[in-house]
Amino acid sequence: MEEIRIGVFVCNCGSNIAGFLDCKELAEYSKTLPDVTFTRENLFSCSEAGVTDIKNAIIENKLNRVIVAACTPRTHEPTFRAACQDAGMNPFFFEFVNIREHCSWAHKNEPEPATQKAKDLIRMGVARARLLEPQESIVAKVEPSALIIGGGIAGLTATQSLAARGFEVTLVERTNQLGGLMKGLYQIFPGDISAEQLTSEKIETLSKYPNANVMTETNVVDVAGYVGNYVATIQPNKKQEIKKKFGIIIVATGTRSLIPDGLYKYDGKKIITQMHLESLLKTGKFKTKNVVMIQCAGSRNSERIYCSRICCMTAIKSGIFIKQQNPDAKVFILYRDLMCHGVENEEILRRAKELGVRFVKFSEDQPPQVEENSVKVFNDVLGREMEIDYDSVVLATPLIPNEGVESVSKMLKVPLDEYKFFLEAHIKLRPNDFATDGIYVCGTAHWPATITESIHQALGAAARASIHLTREEVEVEPIVSMLVDEDACRGCGLCASVCPYGSIEMVQTSKGIKANIVAVACKGCGTCGATCYKHAIKMNHFTNEQLTAQISVAFNE
Amino acid sequence: MENKLKDVLIIGGGIAGIQAALDLGDMGIKVHLVERKPSIGGIMAQLDKTFPTNDCSI
Repeated sequence: MEEIRIGVFVCNCGSNIAGFLDCKELAEYSKTLPDVTFTRENLFSCSEAGVTDIKNAIIENKLNRVIVAACTPRTHEPTFRAACQDAGMNPFFFEFVNIREHCSWAHKNEPEPATQKAKDLIRMGVARARLLEPQESIVAKVEPSALIIGGGIAGLTATQSLAARGFEVTLVERTNQLGGLMKGLYQIFPGDISAEQLTSEKIETLSKYPNANVMTETNVVDVAGYVGNYVATIQPNKKQEIKKKFGIIIVATGTRSLIPDGLYKYDGKKIITQMHLESLLKTGKFKTKNVVMIQCAGSRNSERIYCSRICCMTAIKSGIFIKQQNPDAKVFILYRDLMCHGVENEEILRRAKELGVRFVKFSEDQPPQVEENSVKVFNDVLGREMEIDYDSVVLATPLIPNEGVESVSKMLKVPLDEYKFFLEAHIKLRPNDFATDGIYVCGTAHWPATITESIHQALGAAARASIHLTREEVEVEPIVSMLVDEDACRGCGLCASVCPYGSIEMVQTSKGIKANIVAVACKGCGTCGATCYKHAIKMNHFTNEQLTAQISVAFNE
Repeated sequence: MENKLKDVLIIGGGIAGIQAALDLGDMGIKVHLVERKPSIGGIMAQLDKTFPTNDCSI
């Protein structure tokens, strides 16, 4: 057997680690561990200089295992695996030890015990690294077609973008109309175009693509498979269900506006929501002279801490329209903070003020009181109460997740955040992707967004999806479960029943019923391995031997 | 898809330019990224930790 030569690289992460831990001591300590033949302290291991240093050290010192003691594997594991591969190693001989999140950040005030903990973690990493085995990536074919769930502006845009690139696209919308929330809107700022016109233009453009298949009154009822090879069961209204293969899936299920029952005496007649005002403006039915708008109605409170992001601009926009149609109208916008980011929105705010829209700031602990014909509000700036007569009160209610998002989340095995908006893989590194490969998110299903932002996100999701669709094959991480002992497997099916990804099937073989693991669909969660009481299943890259070695050195030096 | 892909020129090597170059590169398209400064990374490379995930931005 080849001699094991481990290199340990201790990263300073600037001052993020070295500001708290004694990195020099960690590097010295690593030298004393079994099979460690090389150690080095780097200022930033992930920088170009750091990566080059690791590559050179591998070649010069004939290293065949590499440990980087730095940050979370979520950000830089691919970086270091690639460095190992470039230097001729199998990338799975790389082991990450997290001494930043787990040591220097978590124990900022106790540098000495934190350094001790870092030593423990490095020792555990070395114990595991000694037993690592090479792995080969799994390669699967990619079906060059896309499934888009949701036919609002985001879904329509993503469909158009992918269809224009020549891929087969199926757009599924559960209602009988395309356009989503947008079809209920009046004019859209800052471009001042009609929402209806924008929607119909989008739909018309889409109809010109023979490779875009739009299905309304249709639901996706089940999804199985994995990136490149998703199989969706689609149920059109009153028709036979269809099973179809897709390479990628884009979630564009949108959002809805909160109905503020019990808030500010909401009645849907004199006291209405912004969405309702939009439809009244659209049909020319809004004629009232005295309008009071109340912002943050149901948001930025203990129940929903988030800002819905679009309501300040919507209120200002509607105020401008009302003043333009009737300069004698009185429009008051009661706000807590005005969220008007960006060049265009500041300009709209200026215009509204010029036209005479009045802004009154109130604080959360003194909300406006809606009376029979007037609104009483404590003006934070003047420091006194005001009474404003009204014909209409318009409540700026937040966008909240659509009904049915839980079932979509469950079906696709993609997460929701605490408010039930879909949660991306990483807010900056992968804002359009889910952690599950080949599934993307865009539009207000993700968080409240303007139409412009929804379009941006949809174009982004389509571009990200094109990476997989353009390539004929996809590489999947080989950290998967394996049936290592076919004889031990007695075909009980427990593993198949606990697998959250449907990647285990029970098959009839010459030796009876056995588990068959579809490696490419496996996400490596390890549930099957833990369930199998016959120990017939092993997890690649996380074997019992590797983990027990790690645990046993945790408690004795 | 028809294999008529041409090279792409990206002007500016900040986070936007780099991400565009990476995504196009992943699609198999040859990318030329041009940056007028001696190193890429733009303003983001000068930041320390970025919210809300606290990733060090380098």
